Amino acid sequence: MTFAVDIISSIEFDRTGDHLATGDRGGRVVLFERTYTRDHDGNRRDLEKMDFPITRHPEFRYKTEFQSHEPEFDYLKSLEIEEKINKIRWCQSANGALFLLSTNDKTIKFWKVHEKKVKKICDMNVDPAKAAGNGPVVGPSIPTSYKPYTANGGCLDKPLGLSNDFSFPPGGVPSLRLPVVLTSNEMSLVPRCRRIYAHAHDYHINSISNNSDGETFISADDLRINLWNLEISNQSFNIVDVKPANMEDLTEVITSAEFHPTHCHMLAYSSSRGSIRLVDMRQSALCDSHSKLFEEQEVPGSRSFFTEIIASISDIKFAKDGRYILSRDYMTLKLWDINMDSGPVSTFQVHEYLRPKLCDMYENDSIFDKFECCLSGDGLRVATGSYSNLFRVFGCSSEASTDATTLEASKNPMRRQVQTPSRPSRSLGTLSRGFRRGADSSGVDTNGNAFDFTTKLLHLAWHPTENSLACAASNSLYMYYA
Amino acid sequence: MSTMEEPLYPIAVLIDELKNDDIQLRLNSIRRLSTIARALGEERTRKELIPFLSENNDDDDEALLALAEELGVFIPYVGGVEYAHVLLPPLETLCTVEETCVRDKAVESLCRIGSQMRETDLVDWFIPLVKRLAAGEWFTSRVSACGIFHIAYPSAPDMLKTELRSIYSRLCQDDMPMVRRSAASNLGKFAATVESVHLNADILSIFEDLTQDDQDSVRLLAVEVCAALGKLLEPQDCVAHILPVIVNFSQDKSWRVRYMVANQLYELCEAVRPEATRMDLVPAYVRLLRDNEAEVRIAAAGKVTKFCRILSPEHAIQHILPCVKELSSDSSQHVRSALASVIMGMAPVLGKDATIEQLLPIFLSLLKDEFPDVRLNIISKLDQVNQVIGIDLLSQSLLPAIVELAEDRHWRVRLAIIEYIPLLASQLGVGFFDDKLGALCMQWLQDKVYSIRDAAANNLKRLAEEFGPEWAMQHIIPQVLEMSTNPHYLYRMTILHAVSLLAPVMGSEITCSKLLPVVVNASKDRVSNIKFNVAKVLQSIVPIVDQSVAEKTIRPCLVELSEDPDVDVRFFANQALQTIDSVMVS
Repeated sequence: MTFAVDIISSIEFDRTGDHLATGDRGGRVVLFERTYTRDHDGNRRDLEKMDFPITRHPEFRYKTEFQSHEPEFDYLKSLEIEEKINKIRWCQSANGALFLLSTNDKTIKFWKVHEKKVKKICDMNVDPAKAAGNGPVVGPSIPTSYKPYTANGGCLDKPLGLSNDFSFPPGGVPSLRLPVVLTSNEMSLVPRCRRIYAHAHDYHINSISNNSDGETFISADDLRINLWNLEISNQSFNIVDVKPANMEDLTEVITSAEFHPTHCHMLAYSSSRGSIRLVDMRQSALCDSHSKLFEEQEVPGSRSFFTEIIASISDIKFAKDGRYILSRDYMTLKLWDINMDSGPVSTFQVHEYLRPKLCDMYENDSIFDKFECCLSGDGLRVATGSYSNLFRVFGCSSEASTDATTLEASKNPMRRQVQTPSRPSRSLGTLSRGFRRGADSSGVDTNGNAFDFTTKLLHLAWHPTENSLACAASNSLYMYYA
Repeated sequence: MSTMEEPLYPIAVLIDELKNDDIQLRLNSIRRLSTIARALGEERTRKELIPFLSENNDDDDEALLALAEELGVFIPYVGGVEYAHVLLPPLETLCTVEETCVRDKAVESLCRIGSQMRETDLVDWFIPLVKRLAAGEWFTSRVSACGIFHIAYPSAPDMLKTELRSIYSRLCQDDMPMVRRSAASNLGKFAATVESVHLNADILSIFEDLTQDDQDSVRLLAVEVCAALGKLLEPQDCVAHILPVIVNFSQDKSWRVRYMVANQLYELCEAVRPEATRMDLVPAYVRLLRDNEAEVRIAAAGKVTKFCRILSPEHAIQHILPCVKELSSDSSQHVRSALASVIMGMAPVLGKDATIEQLLPIFLSLLKDEFPDVRLNIISKLDQVNQVIGIDLLSQSLLPAIVELAEDRHWRVRLAIIEYIPLLASQLGVGFFDDKLGALCMQWLQDKVYSIRDAAANNLKRLAEEFGPEWAMQHIIPQVLEMSTNPHYLYRMTILHAVSLLAPVMGSEITCSKLLPVVVNASKDRVSNIKFNVAKVLQSIVPIVDQSVAEKTIRPCLVELSEDPDVDVRFFANQALQTIDSVMVS
């Protein structure tokens, strides 16, 4: 049985590749940590089932989870705000703590997850037990304040008002002592929400992206992109606004936005009409006019009812070096060189066989599914998801689109329509958290004809340095190593 | 667990609460750290309290911030300057936390302690701390390190100085933009402590690296460094090294950098001395005034008067004035508004003739601007231009502008203009005021918005103060009193409010003869709100008038009100009666 709240809605590796975060429809964020050493003691329970007894592949192990967003209700607009995590982005870590941004439709939150040593405090000056026996002691080891000397130090006003004249003996008072803090080796992971960036979006947030300057990030909704300073949560600057004066003139919406990985002044956003705009924030404070536009010319005569719908870009990603942008529309993946705005460098067909079925896809709304895409750290391969929990990996060197692999995200991956069996691909099985959530439930037909439109693989992320992929099929997270 | 004797008990609790679960209690204890330290004595403070605090770095930001602040003034409690170094370790940990405000406070406290430490202690303790922070694994400690170099450097022996300079230069090339930003913004302070030999060699090369940083956010901080370095360098070096950078920055690709230049230009001009300003910076400034980014023009327009002051009038007229003309019809209202708020200050700089010939048309066009803020900004600085050209030339165009603002749709605009009426009145003189503005002032008393009516009443008081009771007797009082019979009770209430404000200005005689009868009359109003306001007004009038009047006129009226069926009316009437009684007694 699959619960809707468990369905993974966002997935992201951090910069080093040591951590992986997933967000789900229930507003939870789950963190996984890479383990370098293999330990065979039984504490792994049945978290993961190994396909291979010994492997040199690192594994990602459940680290912690926390409730990032709760369902809310906007009373002014009479709208329910879902808790579903739309995007997660990792921020610069500091002092061994992890930082990430997570967002639902309206509110972005800045989280810190850090390890805290469990501490025990003892040897107090005032024995909590003897302190007139009043006030319930909250923790076993930490006394609360005692009734006569309660909150806000109200007690201190009088007695210590005296202490200004009250002279302590020159050597101090020997009977006073500091509490002793016993630090145990037990660590606990503490997630804390550091900042909340709210009330800046009228429409649903579809992307967040941090800037390489380490101090700002953007958030994009259907019509606007806002620029934030990480440290300032009560104001943001609207830098892109595509809302027409009259909503009836609306012809396109923003579908995704991302900062350039190294140039802090450059960002790209995609639209529902299939264009990508590159913005140079140096030119002007308001970035409504783009500096470059990437669009593919329509092939004359090919126009149909679905042309506009399937042109809509569901996701864009910059390659690590910042030179290329990968975009995903309904039928294809396209790779663009930001120095060439005449057309994409390469186009990869993701599920061309669906073209005759577009009418059905439209009927059951599948045509509006928003598939994500990703590039490998070296920029040589690209990947994106499809139906029946399949995803496709393409090589993007010179004779690109021939080098394609289709894989199924399940425990026993079955390669399909493999044109060039270029490298061994295997799965390390599921890494769900704590308990298993029915993975391989749908009996997928392996001949590649009957596709299950309900099991779609929307979210996936490529490890920043290695050839491994994390993909989310419904409520399960799969890792693939190539 | 010991039992505490009475006077120590609160201190004991205070100490225990350093580790309480409740953040408020912890904060409170930290704020009283000095008390705890005195109770423990200097030696135990050094040996126990400070190490105890050093471990405590995973607390809430608020608590850490308070701790960082307290430690900055803790030298007396650890035994004086010779022991100041024991305070460094806890602050060092605080310098590494990820919350910026905590780090900044820790750096501030470190600077404060470092500047009191003995020179040998600085070498033994402080400089190693600087080096540790600068080599820190996480960017947070390196960010903090940049802020304390200027304390460490002067006491360092030559060898160490060379090392410190090279460490700083490394920080300026750090991978993390946050560190480079911190290094850039602290470079001015650090440079001020460096000997001039090294200034030209090391610091200038560090500076040049920063000015060519890829990140806008770093480059724009280097703009401020220009001004700081300019003051330290010899004039010829400044012209050779700083000026070209400023000129380059003024044409930077990034508007944020140009914006910083526009904002800082005056300081930059001071740094490079006047001669160079005229040669090179005037063209740069003119470019900024014509920048295609409105934000840059706003910043530049706001500095136009300040900039003109350092130029000769001829230069200003020749180069700047044409731009000012263009800006007065800029497409961005915010640019025009920024210009309007400073342009009046140009009048004294340019002198009478140029002002009348060149500036006046600009004033006039700004006074007719479609955007109310622009007009208001001009009107608010009217006194400056009045000194130069006199009001006559302006008054013709002034009046329509004022009338239009006075009737603006937005009440905040109306409110703003009301606040300038006393200023206008003093500038325009009685005659002009009577003719044109008197009626407006009365009209506001019947505005739909309470804030406007309230401000209008206040305005009348200020006018009466400006022109004297006699004038008010003729031009304000009759009109005001006429309105006291307005059919709408809210307007009648405004009049009561105006009367209570005017009474002290008008003096006892006029109050008794003119104002009091109206108030007494109002006590028979059918609306209770009016009646208890009458009680309040009478209460405020009591100290102004004669005792006999209070007894004969005010008291009977209040007595009647104190028997009113409405509880509020009775309450305020009784309060007023008490005031009369207390005045009588005294």
